[in-house]
Amino acid sequence: MTLPESGAAVAVAAGAGLKVSPVRRAPSQLGDVIFANLTRGFAILALASLAGIIVSLIYGAWPSIQKFGLPFLWSADWNPPMAKFGALIPIYGTLVTSIIALVIAVPVSFGIAIFLTELSPPWLRRPLGTAIELLAAIPSIVYGMWGLLVFAPIFGKTIQPALAASLGQLPVIGQLFAGPTIGVGLLSAGIILAIMIIPFIASVMRDVFEITPQMLKESAYGVGATTWEVVWNVVLPYTKAGVIGGIILGLGRALGETMAVTFVIGNTNFLSNASLFSPGNSITSALANEFAEAEQGLHTAALIELGLILFVITFVVLAISKVLLLRLERQEGRKT
Amino acid sequence: MELHKKRKLINNIALALSLAAMSFGLFWLAWILITILQLGIAGLSVAVFTQMTPPPGSAGGLANAIFGSFVMVGLATLIGTPVGILAGVYLAEYGRSTVLGHVTRFINDILLSAPSIVIGLFVYAAVVVPMGKFSGFAGVLALALLVMPVVIRTTENMLRLVPDSLREAAAALGAPKWVMILQVTVRASQAGIITGVLLAVARIAGETAPLMFTALSNQFWSTALTEPMANLPMTIFRFAMSPFKDWQELAWAGVLLITMGVLILNIAARTLFKQKITS
Repeated sequence: MTLPESGAAVAVAAGAGLKVSPVRRAPSQLGDVIFANLTRGFAILALASLAGIIVSLIYGAWPSIQKFGLPFLWSADWNPPMAKFGALIPIYGTLVTSIIALVIAVPVSFGIAIFLTELSPPWLRRPLGTAIELLAAIPSIVYGMWGLLVFAPIFGKTIQPALAASLGQLPVIGQLFAGPTIGVGLLSAGIILAIMIIPFIASVMRDVFEITPQMLKESAYGVGATTWEVVWNVVLPYTKAGVIGGIILGLGRALGETMAVTFVIGNTNFLSNASLFSPGNSITSALANEFAEAEQGLHTAALIELGLILFVITFVVLAISKVLLLRLERQEGRKT
Repeated sequence: MELHKKRKLINNIALALSLAAMSFGLFWLAWILITILQLGIAGLSVAVFTQMTPPPGSAGGLANAIFGSFVMVGLATLIGTPVGILAGVYLAEYGRSTVLGHVTRFINDILLSAPSIVIGLFVYAAVVVPMGKFSGFAGVLALALLVMPVVIRTTENMLRLVPDSLREAAAALGAPKWVMILQVTVRASQAGIITGVLLAVARIAGETAPLMFTALSNQFWSTALTEPMANLPMTIFRFAMSPFKDWQELAWAGVLLITMGVLILNIAARTLFKQKITS
């Protein structure tokens, strides 16, 4: 592209009597080849670490996979002294606490995103958004310790009896809010998880709400829609894929959270009723509590298989969220 | 008129709920921070920084745990950062639309949100079992694996913000691509990349789960990376779960140190990034 010009420059320089070598040395390719391959090598290293994770988990879990097969997934018998292992109770605990977390976190995050994009005065947006994001920065062990020593006692003394007296009296769902109110348990773990994932879901929702074209919103306001109608009928349908992606991202976090859950879930491998007040165990808390003391062999293998199950679940969940967010990005590229 | 009133009412209820949701979020932040400040400051003393972790029932400090945390977080950042930056450079400059680029980007996003306890299990199986013992080195590796995806992600995003005209200008001057990358694009996105590294450090500083099966913990002062190494998160975990009052007080002091460190890192990263955007 610059060739004619440089040719002319050479001609001018030659005309002025300067000595210019007609053969111009191209920059060496060597540096580029080395650097390109170096960076590619490190990109491949990132890929290899994922492959390494999968291979080493399967290898470590192999004795357990071979011994118990598929029934491992739905057997409720977790009995280390008898060398019998089934994953039902940890899987149940992980799923139940994550669902409680979503039930609380999704509407709250939605409200926060509406507040930050539509309601808040502009000068408050940044500080409030940062405050919510700082909730995500607090390490999970802090949530755990706070949950066990501060939140659970208050929760067990005041909120749980209130729940038992109100929701606990209803027909079918009453079973969920029955039994002794000891503070720690599935419900407390779910609530702590909800606090932890609110910032993730809320910030994705806020970000996707902000990409809704101003024109669409103004047209709706122009025909007399209220703020709520604009959000519900214009913004939300436009950003549907992104919102679901954000929710699933939060779900991924909740499923894999370890320390906070380990502190407050109660850590027991027996589950006799459907009450959310009762203590339980999750995949992550079982690993955190038992792994260091597990005997080499079947017990360790069974725990690693739990880790493998967790990894597979979060992998699928995150892949779905990624695909949905990508779809929104593409749609945005097409429409604007 | 009836319809109008009803729509107004619904709108007001919805907006009031949105305000309530915002207060709900801030309420937890305030409650947690106030508790940490109250109990943490009560537990702080000079001994926390000068004495070793005590056996139950006697006074002591967290010196070995603080030291261990600094060493492991520092080394993990030193290992994870260059790997992350180089891989990020590949994604942004060489592999933008290659198959390897797309696959790596996807996998990196998975790694970014993979449960950290699974990373711990991986390092346990890959390093601890062959070595036959828990070690500080294994802990460093696990933390480095958590640093890497964060740095890859931010490096790539920041490099993509550099306008292509800068790249073309460098190329027009005859700079080979690698010189262009190192002296023009990476330099232009320096502040953003440093932000990413700070956020990564903030993330691993409080991580407990990946250390549980790797570095474990150590009650004594130990600088050997081949031995189990004391660290703040594991010490807090052990002390907080215990019934001893002395231990719980020390755990609150540790929680205060970690939380303040992480929040300061986060705020520093944000201000740095904001400056870069506005300049």
